[in-house]
Amino acid sequence: MSAVSTTLVGDRKREAGIGESPPRPDGVPKVTGEFAFSSDLWHDRMLWGGTLRSPHPSARIRSVDIGPAMAMAGVYTVLTHADVPGAATYGLEHPDQPVLAADVVRYEGEPVAIVAADHPETARRALAAIVVDYEITEPLVDPSLAEAAPPIHPDGNLLRRIHLRHGDPAAADRNDLVVVEGTYEVGMQDQAFLGPESGLAVPAEDGGVELYVATQWLHVDRDQVAACLGLDPGLVRLTLAGVGGAFGAREDLSLHVHLCLLALHTGRPVKMVYGREESFHGHVHRHPAKLWYRHHADTDGTLVRVEARLLFDGGSYASSSGAVIANATCFAAGPYRVPSADVEGIVVRTNNPPCGAMRGFGAVQTCMAHEAQMDRLAGALGMDPIELRLHNALTPGDRLITGQVVTGTLPVAEVIRTCAGSPSAATRPDQPMSRPGGAGRTADATHVVRGEALAVGFKNLMFSEGFDDSSEARCELQDGVATITCACAEVGQGFVTLAQQIAREVLSVEEVVLAPVETATIGSAGSTSASRQTWMSGGAVQMACEEVRTTLLVRMAAEYDVPVDDLVLADGRVCSLSGSLDVDLTTATIEPVTADVVHRHAPTFPLDADGQGNAHVSFAVSAHRAIVDVDPDLGLVKVVELTTSQDVGRILNPTQALGQLEGGAAQGLGLAVMEEVQVVDGRIRNASFTDYLVPTALDMPPVRVAALIEQPEPGAPFGAKGIGEPPTISSTAAIVAAVRRATGLDLPRVPVRPADIALADAAPRGAR
Amino acid sequence: MGRQHGGVTVTIARTLNAACEALAADPEALVLAGGTDLMVEINRGGRTVDDVVVIDRVPELQGWHREGDMLRLGATLTYAEMADPAFASLVPALAQAARTVGSPQIRAAGTIGGNLATASPAGDTLPVLAALDAEVEIRSHQGHRTVPLDEFVIGVKANALAPGELIAAIRVPVLDGPQEFLKVGPRNAMVISVASMALVVDRVGRTVRVGLGSVAPVPLRAIEAEVMIAARLDWAGGRSPTIHDVERFAELVADATRPIDDHRGSADYRRRSIEVLARRALIRAFGEPTP
Repeated sequence: MSAVSTTLVGDRKREAGIGESPPRPDGVPKVTGEFAFSSDLWHDRMLWGGTLRSPHPSARIRSVDIGPAMAMAGVYTVLTHADVPGAATYGLEHPDQPVLAADVVRYEGEPVAIVAADHPETARRALAAIVVDYEITEPLVDPSLAEAAPPIHPDGNLLRRIHLRHGDPAAADRNDLVVVEGTYEVGMQDQAFLGPESGLAVPAEDGGVELYVATQWLHVDRDQVAACLGLDPGLVRLTLAGVGGAFGAREDLSLHVHLCLLALHTGRPVKMVYGREESFHGHVHRHPAKLWYRHHADTDGTLVRVEARLLFDGGSYASSSGAVIANATCFAAGPYRVPSADVEGIVVRTNNPPCGAMRGFGAVQTCMAHEAQMDRLAGALGMDPIELRLHNALTPGDRLITGQVVTGTLPVAEVIRTCAGSPSAATRPDQPMSRPGGAGRTADATHVVRGEALAVGFKNLMFSEGFDDSSEARCELQDGVATITCACAEVGQGFVTLAQQIAREVLSVEEVVLAPVETATIGSAGSTSASRQTWMSGGAVQMACEEVRTTLLVRMAAEYDVPVDDLVLADGRVCSLSGSLDVDLTTATIEPVTADVVHRHAPTFPLDADGQGNAHVSFAVSAHRAIVDVDPDLGLVKVVELTTSQDVGRILNPTQALGQLEGGAAQGLGLAVMEEVQVVDGRIRNASFTDYLVPTALDMPPVRVAALIEQPEPGAPFGAKGIGEPPTISSTAAIVAAVRRATGLDLPRVPVRPADIALADAAPRGAR
Repeated sequence: MGRQHGGVTVTIARTLNAACEALAADPEALVLAGGTDLMVEINRGGRTVDDVVVIDRVPELQGWHREGDMLRLGATLTYAEMADPAFASLVPALAQAARTVGSPQIRAAGTIGGNLATASPAGDTLPVLAALDAEVEIRSHQGHRTVPLDEFVIGVKANALAPGELIAAIRVPVLDGPQEFLKVGPRNAMVISVASMALVVDRVGRTVRVGLGSVAPVPLRAIEAEVMIAARLDWAGGRSPTIHDVERFAELVADATRPIDDHRGSADYRRRSIEVLARRALIRAFGEPTP
C-alpha cells in the first residue's frame, strides 16, 4: 500500500506504539475459540430466559394467559407488561418501544412475555404454553402510505422530516442546463453479526442487578434499563460481555430489561441467548429506502442544483431513525460542491421490522443514489465520470449543502485520483469456479461480460446536531504498569489494541493493562459507532496518559530539584536532558500517578428549519473502484477486484486499518449483490443464514488499497480520523455501477437480484 | 443398547444389523448420519428430538465400491468423499454436485443418504441421481428392497421409507460419456440451489439423460428433451448438434419444469435459468453447435 501523505508519522519510539501493528490482546483467543463471548456466560444456579414474540405484524392483544406456563414444572416465572415496574417503554432517541407489548403489537417478533426456567427446553415449552388472544389488524407496510394512514402508534407515523434548502432556489431555472433524474431503491440490510444477542443478569444484595451483556454503549443501556426497572441508575451495573459483532445492531436494547426483570423476580441469575431466527427479529436493520433525485449541471459539468426526496422506512419504532435520516439528508448530494439544493428526507413508522443504526448510517443509501446520478450525468454530458467527480469534488473551505464550511481535511480529489489511477491486477479467470456462479459451474468464459466503475462516498464522524458527545478515561501508572479504565465497548474494532498503543506511545511503558469495561467504575465512553471511538475514547486515553505524564514529571522535578522542562519520558525511564537524572519508570511510580479525564469533541449545533447549520464535527471520504464479471443470461455476478482509497487522517495501526477496509467493503459488497432481509406483508421471509446470504470467500475479492491519504485532522488524537464506516459506503455504489456498466442496464435497486439482470427485457445477452 | 440423554435414547449402531434392530424396536426413531439437516431443524425448533439411531459408525454403510458396471455408494458416503478423483472420474456429475454443497465442514459431515432421505426439492445430488436412474437399497429388520429414485422421492421432503427402514446404499451406473452438473444460486458458494441441472450421456446406450432440481416438488427428468436430442445426435460421427437442436433441447428441458415463486427466486427466473443451463450443459458435452 502506498501512502500519499502530507505529514507523517513522527518518532516511532516504541515497538508497539502508534503506527505499529501489535497483535490484538483478544486475537489469539478469538481465533482458537477460547474467547468468551456473551453466549458463553455461566453462573451457578442460573436459570434460562426465553421470549414470547408476536407472530403478527399488527394485532391487538385481547388477553394473555400465563397460567398454563406457570403451572409447568421447572418454570420459575412468567412476566408480561404488567410486571414492568418502571417506564413501560424505552428508546435511543424517543422512548416509544414497549419493554413488553401491552395492548397492541406493531411488528412480527415483538416481545409479549418472558419466562425463566431451569433449562432452555423448559423455557421453550413454557413459551409455547402461553395463550395470547390476538385480534389481527391490517398491517401498515407501505412507507409511502404511512403519513396519510391512521397512526399505528400514539406518537404518530412520521418519525422525522427534514426539508433541507440551500442556496438559490431558482438556480436551476434556466434552459441551458443538463438535467438527469432517477429513482432508486435500497433493500433492508441486516448487520448479520455472528454472535446472537445474549447476556446474563445477576440479582444483587442491595436490590440492584448486575447485567453482563454484549453491547455498543454500556451507559445508555444502563440508563434505559434503570428507567424501565424503576431503579436508581447506580443500582444497575453493566459489564461488557464478549461481543460477537455489532455494526449498529447492538445500539438498541434487546434482552437487557427482560433479563433484569427475570433475575429480580426470581432472585436467581438468568441467562438468555437468542436463536438465529429470533435474532433477525430481535434487532434493528438498515433502513430500506426509496430515493428520487434530480441533478442540474452546466454543460461543462459544474453542478448547479440537486433536488432529492428520500423516504426511509423506520419500521415500527423510532430507534435512531431521526439521526439516520439527518445523515441521509445532509450527505445526500455526495462529496461534491452543490451551490443549490432542495432535499427532503422523511422517515416513517410502519408495521415492518424496526430499523436503526447500521455501519454507514444513512449515507449508504444516498451514496448508491448520488453516485448513480453522477454516472448518469456524465453520460448525459458525454463526460468521463471520473473527470466529472473531480470537477465537482469538495475541498476544505467549501460549503456542504447544510451550509457548513469544511474546516478540517477532506481530500476528495486525492481519493478519487489515487483510486482511479491505481493499476488493476484483474485477470480473466480460467476456472469456472472463479466466474459468476462460482461453485455452481454455470459460466464458461464466453458467457461473461466485465464492467468497471468508481464511486465516492462520505459521511460525518462522531455524533452530530448538538449532541453532547463525550468519553471518559482514567489512567493509573504504578510500578511501571499503566492501567487504563474506559467504558468503550470493544466490538471488534480494535480499541483494546489502540488504547494500549496510545498509552505506550505517551508514557513510554511496556505493559498496559485494560481494566474491565463496566459502568460501576467510570463514566460513559459513548457509543462504539459513528466511527467515533478512536477519536473520542482514543482521545480520552491520550489526554489521561498525557496528564499522568505531566503530573509524574512535575513530581519528579520537585523531588529531584530539577527543572521540569529538563525531564523526558523515554524508553521506560524518566531522564533529564542534562543527564543528571535517570530513573526507571518502575521505581519512579512506586507511588501511583492517576488521571481521570472527560474528552469532548468540538461542539456541534442543531439543523435549522431549512436543514442548515454546523451540525457535524468532521468528515471522512473514501472511493472504491469495482471490477465485476457478470453472466447476463443468469444474472449472476462475481466481483473480481475492489480497489480503494480512503481519507484516514493518520493511520494508528496499519493491520487494523486494513481490517476495517476489508470488512467494510465486504459488507458493502453484500448489500450490492446479495444481502437483503426480505419482508412481505410485514413478515421476514429469510430469517436465517441459509437464506440471508452474506459474502463468502468466493464472493469477496482481495481489497487492494490504492492509497491511505494521511492528512492529519485538526482536533483528532494524533490526527487520526475514524475509518470504520466509509468502506461500507462507497463499495456498494461502485459495485452496482460496475454491474450497470457490464450489462447496460439501469439497475436502480440494491441488492441487484439475479432476475433483475436475467429477466430484464432490454438485457444485452452475453454470447451463448 | 441405547444411552439415555435427558429423555432421549441415543443408539450408536456399529453394524447394519444393530441399526436395523434399533429401528425395529423403535420405528419412529430419527436416523442420524451427518446431521447437517437434522441439527439445523432441531436448533430452529422445527423438530422435537425423539429417540435417535446414529449410523455414522456402521462400516457396511460407508464408502463406495464398484460392482461391474455399477457403483454401490454407501448411505453415509460424504460429499467430501465424492470429491475423490477416483470417484469423480467414474461419476463426474455427482462429484460436481457434491462440491456445490455448503462449506468444507458441511461437506465433511453431510452424506448422500442424508441428502436423499431429506428429499428436499433443492437437494443437490438428487438431479444427478435422477439422471443416472439411481436405485435406492433400503434395509430393515425384515430384509431389504430396492426402489428406483423416482419412486423413492415422493414429494417435498417426503420419501418412501416405511417406519423401521433406512437407506443402506445407492446404486448408480458407470457410463461412457460426458456428465455435467450446473447449479444456480445468488451466491458463489454455500448456497441453496435456485435451479440445477444434471446431464449425463450414455454413448453405449445412445441416451442423453437430464435431471432437474429446485424446479418442482421432486427431482424431474426431461424425457421429451432427452428423446429429441438422442435422435438428433450424430452418435457415430461425433458431429456437434446444430444450433436449432440445441435451442429446441433447451426449450424442451425448460418445458419440463414446474417451478414456483418463493423467497429464493421466481418461477420465471427458474424456468429461464434451466433453459440457459440446458443449452450450456449440452454444448459442454457435445461441443459448440454447428449452424
